[in-house]
Amino acid sequence: MANITREQVQHLAHLARLELTEEETAHYTDQLSAIVEAVEHVSEVAADDIPPTSHPVPMTNVFREDVARPGLDRADVQAGAPSWEDDRFRVPRILDED
Amino acid sequence: MSVISDADLVRQDAATLSSALSAGDITSVELTQACLNRISAVDGTIHAFLHVDTDAALATAQDVDRRRAAGEELGRLAGVPLALKDVLTMRGVPTTCGSRILEGWPPPYDSTIVERLRAADVVILGKTNMDEFAMGSSTEHSGYGPTRNPWDVERIPGGSGGGSAAALAAFEAPLAIGTDTGGSIRQPASVTGTVGVKPTYGAVSRYGLVALASSLDQAGPCARSVMDAALLHEVIAGYDPRDSTSINAPVPDVVAGAGNGDIRGMRIGLVRELSGEGYQPGVRERFDQAVAMLTDLGAEVVEVSCPHFDYALGAYYLILPSEASSNLARFDGMRYGLRAGDDGEASVEEVMSRTREVGFGAEVKRRIMLGTYALSSGYYDAYYGQAQKVRTLISRDFAAAFETVDVLVSPTTPTTAFKIGEKVDDPLAMYLNDIATIPVNLAGNCAMSLPIGLAREDDLPVGLQIMAPAQTDDRLYRVGAALEEALLDKRGHALIEEAPAL
Repeated sequence: MANITREQVQHLAHLARLELTEEETAHYTDQLSAIVEAVEHVSEVAADDIPPTSHPVPMTNVFREDVARPGLDRADVQAGAPSWEDDRFRVPRILDED
Repeated sequence: MSVISDADLVRQDAATLSSALSAGDITSVELTQACLNRISAVDGTIHAFLHVDTDAALATAQDVDRRRAAGEELGRLAGVPLALKDVLTMRGVPTTCGSRILEGWPPPYDSTIVERLRAADVVILGKTNMDEFAMGSSTEHSGYGPTRNPWDVERIPGGSGGGSAAALAAFEAPLAIGTDTGGSIRQPASVTGTVGVKPTYGAVSRYGLVALASSLDQAGPCARSVMDAALLHEVIAGYDPRDSTSINAPVPDVVAGAGNGDIRGMRIGLVRELSGEGYQPGVRERFDQAVAMLTDLGAEVVEVSCPHFDYALGAYYLILPSEASSNLARFDGMRYGLRAGDDGEASVEEVMSRTREVGFGAEVKRRIMLGTYALSSGYYDAYYGQAQKVRTLISRDFAAAFETVDVLVSPTTPTTAFKIGEKVDDPLAMYLNDIATIPVNLAGNCAMSLPIGLAREDDLPVGLQIMAPAQTDDRLYRVGAALEEALLDKRGHALIEEAPAL
């Protein structure tokens, strides 16, 4: 019986970088528990000797020729960027100040 | 100059329009303008489109007309208008995926599908509405408001590709592109009385298709007839080295399949697990009638069992959120789309969290957290690992069934279109809409939905699903064409002709 707690939802939201409101946290706690409960019967049927399928068409090592190709046009990338400075993406600070 | 009115023009199928264009009876500009006029007249109500690319569509149409007049040999769909699901990148118009996080985003390249459509001189009218990042079965989870079902505007048009299906059923476009991860082409087709095909996984390039669940996603054709879907399928399918999962083999001759309505001697399996309880009586009744028609057409119909299909929904709702939570990590507010809370003080992590909180809707957040949970250490083996094993069992069920039958059939959806708002905050009820369509995505083979009539209790369209082995997409079209023709003979007109005028 799946029982996802409020603390787990807060932890999942943090891992997934979602700043949930109090109301959302409560709502998702109920809903995620119900969904997990509805899907956990998958563990009933799959025995140890069944190989997992990660992909419907098994392919390995799909390579292309090692030849340089042009990348994206910089002006096109800039047009879709939220913030741009000195011909680069401008991002918020990545280190703590103290 | 043409004497055909706009109203007649927009109701024609693509094959008919193609003939009229090449015979010089109509021009692409007339046809494109007729579609644009229809969009202006009805899309305020239907809301199938997020963006209409009027000028570029007319410019393409003009160019096609000019080259045709100059005697140039053009493709079969040259000059025919199409509606494109807003999950495929196309230069010159925004790609939003139905999400506020990508509002107005100008993609830096064309998807391979768009490249192929442009090369075939198809006129792209604009981008269609969808559930945010293709997560949903009703188009209510769009960040830009729901699309309405042309058969009853109080009801959902299915999802995630509700915009593409509604554009067809409202006669705004004769062709559309959809994408199908768990049924997002077939379920909207079913509830709007249109035709939709999920090709074999790897048949149509995913390059420029914004990923939901990479091992399940597949784009395909949407149309108002089986032949039209085949003509579009032929244009978009084929090997693409830019998609490393693309199949490097010839595309099955789907147009020949659609032109061959002979199913005598074909073996057709009814999937026991995709029937009975949970299926609306009017859906069952139409399905049984259609199966009787297949028998009358000379097919041998038998019941088959695919016992692990009962576990498909559970496996899907572990695999899909897991892949989606990884794929959607790229929407972090740094390189494209929305950025929220960047006040010069907040850290990159705070800005990411605020951006995703503001930019994503409820269903996307739900599935991201579900996927994060299923992939967490301690739960990975019990959930994601087990789901991948169920996926193997479902593929084995298909393989066993296809040893005795050529194709499988089932109702596409358990019910007809439901009311807007009815299931929007009830995820489990919403997920059940895809119970019959999900197994094909898990196994990677191909399937079609086509309309078979209206349900007695609500006069809304019912769809039948045909499923075939991987790389035998032509079989879908052969069976679909046979059934479509038999239904046409019986009814005297195509079902879509009964759609309300709006």
